Amino acid sequence: MALERRSKVEVRIPTASMADIAFLLLIFFMVSTTFVRYRGLPVELPEAEKIQRIETRRNLVYIWITKDGKICVNDMLADLNSLEDMMSRRMRENPRTIVSLRADEEVPYGKVSEVLQVLRRAEALRVNFATRKERR
Amino acid sequence: MLRRRRRASPEVPTASMPDIAFLLIIFFLVTTTLYMDKGLGLVLPRVGQTKVVPRKNICNVWVNAAGEVAVEGEIVPLGELREEVARRLKENPKLIVSLKVDELAKYKVFVDVLDELKLAGATRISIASPEVEGGP
Repeated sequence: MALERRSKVEVRIPTASMADIAFLLLIFFMVSTTFVRYRGLPVELPEAEKIQRIETRRNLVYIWITKDGKICVNDMLADLNSLEDMMSRRMRENPRTIVSLRADEEVPYGKVSEVLQVLRRAEALRVNFATRKERR
Repeated sequence: MLRRRRRASPEVPTASMPDIAFLLIIFFLVTTTLYMDKGLGLVLPRVGQTKVVPRKNICNVWVNAAGEVAVEGEIVPLGELREEVARRLKENPKLIVSLKVDELAKYKVFVDVLDELKLAGATRISIASPEVEGGP
């Protein structure tokens, strides 16, 4: 009788460490998460190879330029005149601002050039032309 | 008998801990965007901060409306631009590449050329502004 009982193997999956695994994954996702801050406008970014990452999102200002020439700064529609005001105000608040220019690949360069001139007048000199990583 | 039944186990119930953790994981999985801001960086010159550079230190790169690229007046296919600029940089490390893009050229071409210039190792790149325009 006693022998029979001892040989019975318990049929349970050990779930004691499940919580540890779950919390580990949780911490990974919490650390790596960055929320999308702005919706922007639909643009098809051009591709490039020699791209740099921008480390600090805090200093970033996004400018979208769509195919039909609409300009959008951090989710606010703008034109060339209001862009200068907006940018110079922003530069006074944070002189280390970097502009991430997200222009559609079909935009004529003249439009981009106009925006660059406005940025120069607003003293926003650090510009990053947003691209996708080229796939070969 | 009665005494034994009254004794409550002093454990915190942790059975539902994994459930809570997995719920949070799913939340972070859904909201996460592993999204990086990347692109081609460039620092624009200040307004009025134009410098006179000796002619021999300038390499002009033109892009016309059709997207053709010319280095110092000679049309160069985009695939050979990197070698061409790298060769010129080797001859003169102080070379400044001046990029002049037609207003009607597509932004994509501009980014492609800028990418090639950066891949060739050019660090001093100037984007000609309309006010100092002077074609070939």
